[in-house]
Amino acid sequence: MDLLSLGIKAVFIDNMIFAYFLGMCSFLAVSKKVTTAIGLGMAVVFVLTITVPINWLLQEFILREGALVWLNAGFSEINLEFLQFIMFIAIIAGMVQLVEMVVEKVSPALYGSLGIFLPLIAVNCSILGGSLFMVQRDYTIAEASVFGFGSGLGFALAIIALSAIREKLKYSNVPDGLKGLGLTMLITGLMGIAFKSFIGIAI
Amino acid sequence: MSTETLEKTEEVAVAKKPAEALLSKRRKAFITDPLNEDNPITVQVLGICSALAVTVKIVPTLIMSIAVVFVIVIAYHNISVIRNLIPNRVRIIVQLAVIATLVTLVSEVLKAYNYEMYKVLGAFVGLIITNCIVMGRLEAFAMGNKPYDSILDGIGSGFGYAWIILAVSFFRELFGSGSVFDFKVFEAIGIANFPTNGLMVDSIGAFVVLGVLIWVQRAKTGYVEHN
Repeated sequence: MDLLSLGIKAVFIDNMIFAYFLGMCSFLAVSKKVTTAIGLGMAVVFVLTITVPINWLLQEFILREGALVWLNAGFSEINLEFLQFIMFIAIIAGMVQLVEMVVEKVSPALYGSLGIFLPLIAVNCSILGGSLFMVQRDYTIAEASVFGFGSGLGFALAIIALSAIREKLKYSNVPDGLKGLGLTMLITGLMGIAFKSFIGIAI
Repeated sequence: MSTETLEKTEEVAVAKKPAEALLSKRRKAFITDPLNEDNPITVQVLGICSALAVTVKIVPTLIMSIAVVFVIVIAYHNISVIRNLIPNRVRIIVQLAVIATLVTLVSEVLKAYNYEMYKVLGAFVGLIITNCIVMGRLEAFAMGNKPYDSILDGIGSGFGYAWIILAVSFFRELFGSGSVFDFKVFEAIGIANFPTNGLMVDSIGAFVVLGVLIWVQRAKTGYVEHN
């Protein structure tokens, strides 16, 4: 039950976009059409679900202070946490590459729709952010997996909703300076207010 | 005879091309363009991710800006120096490695000298790695230009980013907490019970402030986005 509430919290309340601004760049750049937004959303869910647990293992068995004890009892004072950023980003870039190859082999149709977005995801803030939050909040591996999946789902939900609104907005007449980015920011703010209403939910 | 004249003309050609001034017009444009007309945040739509999360107060924003400028300038220089040695297929990983090293440096320095601020900024120092300005401009500029030009472009992009997030944080702190640099402005001018605005402290305030800021800036420069 705790896991379920953590998942719901990650999707709606601690939403990557509306609460932490993570992944804003692709959120703004790839939200012009619903179909591409769905593609990117799926890819983010996929990669976050894989990388957060893997980085959890990395943190728990290699990077943390005293984590290397399983190799040799004499390593109990070694603290490799300063390597955290490099290791995490290497895992993420590597996993993205791996996922790309596997998807290309197993499902060419999915690869066709995700194709261009997969490399983009390596530098999506929400992926690295998911791993860093997981460390900050001391999750267990089950919690980390649920958190990764939930955060990805929250991102997908936000970007699909925004792209649907932007498709409709094409037909409206807005002031010149506000076209594009300016208006998108204001809409994101309004959507954020709507998402705030989930705060009271407790399961 | 003929070879002699040829040599002479070559010499003249060499002499006619003096070294470019350290701050020629072309180079000045690298610094000034990103500040306004080609701003990384408001025009190029880069680096919004980590920009907004730290803008609740001015002081953390200032620290964040300094960190980003430092990382951008050094990363541009390093990548520009080794740009011809990087195989095209693995360039993203190489760039990420350089940036991640610099960010680790910043984070360790911050942890050592200002632990309070390190805790406030938290994961967002690490997220400079995936800041789109760093990666985007590296790809677009430093991979194809000489080190000195790249440094200038880095300074321009860094400060273009810095002034926007400082402006956002000024409005958010003023209306969200009623203070500027933690100095209670409204109490000082005699309005003790100024109602602070919770929405400004919240992420929503950042979206709205940035949206309006983009509107004002684009109305001034006349930049219009076409779909």
